[in-house]
Amino acid sequence: MRKMLTIISNVLRGSASRNGAELVSEGARVVVSARTYADFTPQASFDIKKCDVHKLEEGPPLQAVLTREEGLQYYRTMQTIRRMELKADQLYKQKIIRGFCHLYDGQEACAVGIEAGINLSDHLITAYRAHGYTLTRGGTVREIMAELTGRRGGIAKGKGGSMHMYTKHFYGGNGIVGAQVPLGAGVALACKYLGKNELCVCLYGDGAANQGQIFETYNMASLWKLPCIFICENNKYGMGTSVERAAASTDYYKRGDFIPGLRVDGMDVLCVREATKLAAEHCRSGKGPILMELQTYRYHGHSMSDPGISYRTRDEIQEVRSKSDPISMLKDRMLSNNMASVEELKEIDVEVRKEIEDAAQFATTDPEPPLDDLCNHIFYNDPPMEVRGTNPWTKLKSIS
Amino acid sequence: MASLRCFLRSGKVFVVPCDICIINSILLLQVTVRDALNQAMDEELERDERVFLLGEEVAQYDGAYKVSRGLWKKYGDKRIIDTPITEMGFAGIAVGAAMAGLRPICEFMTFNFSMQAIDQVINSAAKTYYMSAGLQSVPIVFRGPNGASAGVAAQHSQCFAAWYGHCPGLKVVSPWSAEDARGLLKSAIRDDNPVVFLENELMYGVPFEMSEEVQSKDFLIPIGKAKIERQGTHITLVSHSRMVSLCLDAAAVLAKEGIECEVINMRTIRPLDAEAIETSIMKTNHLVTVEGGWPQFGIGAEILARIMEGPAFNYLDSPAVRVTGVDIPMPYAKILEDNSVPQIKDIIFSIKKTLNV
Repeated sequence: MRKMLTIISNVLRGSASRNGAELVSEGARVVVSARTYADFTPQASFDIKKCDVHKLEEGPPLQAVLTREEGLQYYRTMQTIRRMELKADQLYKQKIIRGFCHLYDGQEACAVGIEAGINLSDHLITAYRAHGYTLTRGGTVREIMAELTGRRGGIAKGKGGSMHMYTKHFYGGNGIVGAQVPLGAGVALACKYLGKNELCVCLYGDGAANQGQIFETYNMASLWKLPCIFICENNKYGMGTSVERAAASTDYYKRGDFIPGLRVDGMDVLCVREATKLAAEHCRSGKGPILMELQTYRYHGHSMSDPGISYRTRDEIQEVRSKSDPISMLKDRMLSNNMASVEELKEIDVEVRKEIEDAAQFATTDPEPPLDDLCNHIFYNDPPMEVRGTNPWTKLKSIS
Repeated sequence: MASLRCFLRSGKVFVVPCDICIINSILLLQVTVRDALNQAMDEELERDERVFLLGEEVAQYDGAYKVSRGLWKKYGDKRIIDTPITEMGFAGIAVGAAMAGLRPICEFMTFNFSMQAIDQVINSAAKTYYMSAGLQSVPIVFRGPNGASAGVAAQHSQCFAAWYGHCPGLKVVSPWSAEDARGLLKSAIRDDNPVVFLENELMYGVPFEMSEEVQSKDFLIPIGKAKIERQGTHITLVSHSRMVSLCLDAAAVLAKEGIECEVINMRTIRPLDAEAIETSIMKTNHLVTVEGGWPQFGIGAEILARIMEGPAFNYLDSPAVRVTGVDIPMPYAKILEDNSVPQIKDIIFSIKKTLNV
């Protein structure tokens, strides 16, 4: 049906450009036109869900303004993350990616919304479901995918893998559940110490939220007024355990106790952005840490070795996909407010698909790291040293 | 003079005020290990404003063992930070601060408590430079007293040299004298990598002579190089931290019997200076290692394995042996505790057995 519409619309578009007239095909929401960009609405205001607050005077405003440029950029980035993760799924099933692979599809609005609320000069750290953040923090799809396939062109030269990707002011990618939270507060301490008005966004999941070291961190961050935004990405399941079975209190935004908190609709990129802006303002004004709970959902299982349907129903997954998909939500908003055209968005889809294909091509053809690299990068700024191999006669070289 | 020095080196704790002895017109100071550590930190805090100290009681209490005495008064809250009793949390915070450009000194009140934070030391600090293929370095020092103390019983007496020495990505240092403490701590703080700095509580109060050269602000001891504290020809003794004192005492006793021991102070656990040990064995043909920690999978075990695998094996006239702590949790009663760690007589016994005299 879609294919037929495309053919029809192309034909009609062809004739429209000859006649200069505007045509709308019937029976479909496809708008065929020869409109110029000047015809689009430059910006619009959207209602966003009210955030529950904890120890805060008020939450973010109930309306968010979205410009056309912003909308297109958020759309492109979310779509890039979505397609990149789905490609990773494919490559994993072909055994080109191995080991752990924790996919982020469904949660795109979180990464994109957060980045929209902070600056690249701010800092961010997360756990192992990190591919989306590696992208929003400046990594390219090519180097992310090549890292997943363990090639020398990978962002960590193939030595880190899915869970250990880094960029400027992005501290990974951390495999030990919860350990990244004190690290993030440490980054925030450095921000405060160095006086550059930067902050650190420190992410963890609903599973990690019960970790003791997180409460230790809440305490110190609060005592020392560290500019730290704690963000709990609550996707309702810690691996195979639902939040009700893991946490005595599932109000994760309140778990910081003395730390003010917000509960945010994590499927709405605008809601996430507005909440992040409020949180960033709070930190930068010297008030100390703040906590955000993003209510979100992951379509895939915990990792590629988890089908994700033993502890939840296919219906549940389907329901979220049809009613709350973050990309669809943004797309509908933009289209129904005349902020973009269907073709435009389709074109973005095509470009994204191409970018992913090229990246996947690179990731599957780039050679693996050279064996010479095996023992490198043990120490920074050190003279070359010898490393024992698997037997006493094998002495391997290590350089910084 | 020689016998006085031996007594002092045995680790008996007493506070000796700094004495200025002018010997042969060289200005020598008597400095305790504690003061050496304190001065090293003070100088490095002054030299680089990214350096800061955090840990329990390090600021207003002047340090649980007074190692950081006076630093908070001088540098204030920003640079000397008292933490709550939450090792995993504050060690993680220290590592994060190092990742973001600062140069933290993270004090563990004793290394026993570092077990609670060991994930941050190994997984967050040691491995990160490698996992990131050189993108993210972690210039941090973890320091504090390690190993047996006096009467503190099992949970407060463990030696972690072997545990940390096992892990690539870490440098592990174990000073003995005041000079070691000063030079190695400065090197550790200036090092751009994670360094585990194992002090010893019983050595804190022991004074050592410090030459003018050692007192200079840029005196550094390279990490990874052992020092020969006493030249000898009949047997090589390899040790680290407080046990170096016992080795020197044993050597002094044996010298009267005509046995000349070469005493090597390892100074660094990782990277291990195997070459220094091999060179010595090629001269003496016998090896005894001495450590305070448990025998199984310990420092001595590693040294012996390396000697077996290396060129020095053919120079051994008898099997190399280890003198270690007894393979038990540390008991409390004095008589039991005294018999849980190597004594001078145990070292002498092992030397004589090895030399077959």
